[in-house]
Amino acid sequence: MASVEFKNIVKRFKENTVLNGVNVNIKDKEFLVIVGPSGCGKSTLLRMLAGLETVTDGDILIDGERVNEYHPSKRNIAMVFQDYALYPHMTVAENMSFSLKLKKTPPEEIEARVKEAAATLQITQYLARKPQALSGGQRQRVAIGRAIVRKPKVFLFDEPLSNLDAKLREEMRVEIAKLHQRLNATILYVTHDQVEAMTLADRIVIMYNGKVQQEGTPMEVYSKPENLFVAGFIGSPTMNFLRGKASVKAGKAEFTSKDIKIALPASLIDIKALKDGQEIVVGVRPDDISVDVPAKDSLTENIEGKIDVSELLGHRENLYIYIGDTRVLANTDAIGREPGSKVKLRFNYANMHVFDKETEKRISK
Amino acid sequence: MIDPKKTYAMTPEELSEKYESTKESLDQLRGMLMPFLKSQYEKNRKALERKEKIKKLLIHLVIICCCFICIYPLLRIFSISLRPGDKLFSTDLSLIPDGATFSAYASLLKNTNFLRWLWNSLVITVATSFIGVSLASTAAYAFSRFRFPGKKIGMILLLSSQMIPAGMLILPLFLMIMKMNLMNSYLGMIIAYSVSSLPFSIWILKGYYDTIPRSLEEAALVDGTSEVEAFWRIILPLSTPALSIAFLFNFTTAWNEYLVARVVLFSSQQYTWTLGLFELQGQYLTQWGMFAAGSMLVTIPVLIVFLYSSKWLISGLTLGSVKG
Repeated sequence: MASVEFKNIVKRFKENTVLNGVNVNIKDKEFLVIVGPSGCGKSTLLRMLAGLETVTDGDILIDGERVNEYHPSKRNIAMVFQDYALYPHMTVAENMSFSLKLKKTPPEEIEARVKEAAATLQITQYLARKPQALSGGQRQRVAIGRAIVRKPKVFLFDEPLSNLDAKLREEMRVEIAKLHQRLNATILYVTHDQVEAMTLADRIVIMYNGKVQQEGTPMEVYSKPENLFVAGFIGSPTMNFLRGKASVKAGKAEFTSKDIKIALPASLIDIKALKDGQEIVVGVRPDDISVDVPAKDSLTENIEGKIDVSELLGHRENLYIYIGDTRVLANTDAIGREPGSKVKLRFNYANMHVFDKETEKRISK
Repeated sequence: MIDPKKTYAMTPEELSEKYESTKESLDQLRGMLMPFLKSQYEKNRKALERKEKIKKLLIHLVIICCCFICIYPLLRIFSISLRPGDKLFSTDLSLIPDGATFSAYASLLKNTNFLRWLWNSLVITVATSFIGVSLASTAAYAFSRFRFPGKKIGMILLLSSQMIPAGMLILPLFLMIMKMNLMNSYLGMIIAYSVSSLPFSIWILKGYYDTIPRSLEEAALVDGTSEVEAFWRIILPLSTPALSIAFLFNFTTAWNEYLVARVVLFSSQQYTWTLGLFELQGQYLTQWGMFAAGSMLVTIPVLIVFLYSSKWLISGLTLGSVKG
């Protein structure tokens, strides 16, 4: 197993800059997930590591060795493709043993390794079949099996679950997590699905517009998003953003907008660093909005709102609430509130985030 | 089970009575409904069957007509080839004529260079097909996968070369082959043929390669092949339907070609069968019997190639429509 380093990676297609100085390290045996919306350059980065895209500028190192110019076959990596990319004219066993045969591995060893991988992935009974006789989930297993048998330095997963239906995706997600525990391998996993990223990753790298926005453990990026993009991208349902101004008077800070006023305590933000009149964005997740609860120090004052739509999810419900003209989403215990009814909201200070509107950077603690 | 300690709304006897009466009324209802449903079902089924029958009949009618139109001339030639020499111009339409004889075949094989012509054609055609397909398969790969200046124009030029009638190319081809000193030779013919069918083959193959996902080659590269190996081990085996179509196209066009051969070849020893057969056609006397016999014989190689590759041809034609 191995470590990987991306140093100042730049990728341009003609005038179009896809990656702009990306630095990412993957530690040995780490499961690193790169997540971002489509077109953010995450797949390009992965394909550069595989050797399928050239590097415009910067260095890629595997175990400290620069591999920029290495042919894909010389990098000792294995890749699982989004569309599986199984060879249709070969059986499952042939698909899995293809790379080993190219390396002239002895037949007994090939057989042993294929059998072992097939047993791990529970596809032993399909070894003699062609890919077209398999379902989507089975094909995905074969694609993973093809990667496992090689015992590579790094596994690359390029949105491997995006072609599966929701239920199968959940199952395979668990399988991949188990696989990582068993193989103890270095894995680079690219996805646009933040749920996959949160559940699978040791560490998450969030990319947008060809740049790394934040990296950290799933909990870090969830609880302390460094900028507006990360705050909006991670977490489901999406965080509510309130746009307004900071007013600082006599050592006390307040967020004010047309519809809402919220006191900003010192526990949330360094008041000295805040300018009076500074345009700010306050972020609060739907889970951190309480409806009709008594006053507490950790919560804001009551904010009055009117329910627009309520979505019952079972034991929880999503309430879309208008505070004046500002609409927020609250996710609360389901007690069947009626649309149109008036409610009093309180935000949880501990999980509130304040961003500067101009720089979009986090300014709360 | 019945719990004796509890009181029930009905005694077991009442319950079974109720059950029986309900069952009876349900049976009655079924007795009323079933004949009606059955008759409706029969009616629908018959209508459907009739529709199916008419559809099948029409389809078969069309197919049979087409077959007849295709086969009739062949049957006529066959019947002419069997006629004895003195009945060549008879208007008799029977398939096996009176006094049918293989003498035309025998004299064709004995008195002319027919076997030699057939051999010449075979050598030129097979070589053309292999060379044409291998050139086209690699050229089409480049057109399908690589970006290079002039790619679009190249494809359009290839296509437009197909729009020029073959007759117009005779003179330039003649001049080129003469300058290369390849007149009256196999090689000259092979070059002329394989080059002229190349554009079509490239278009067919390029279109086919485009449907093969790129990730397959990428997977092969990551698995440890070189670019050439990925092409050889993954792309080519997957392209057999398109390759066989290109092969068949090359084969039939080269096999049946007359104009270029007329210009390039001038000794009877080097003739292909198309030239040879016309040799039999004189200004005052044409040996129609031998001509017909030769026409029958030359269909055999094409027939064999088609039968052999029909499996690929069919799956090739239905491809494109269903992906995967």
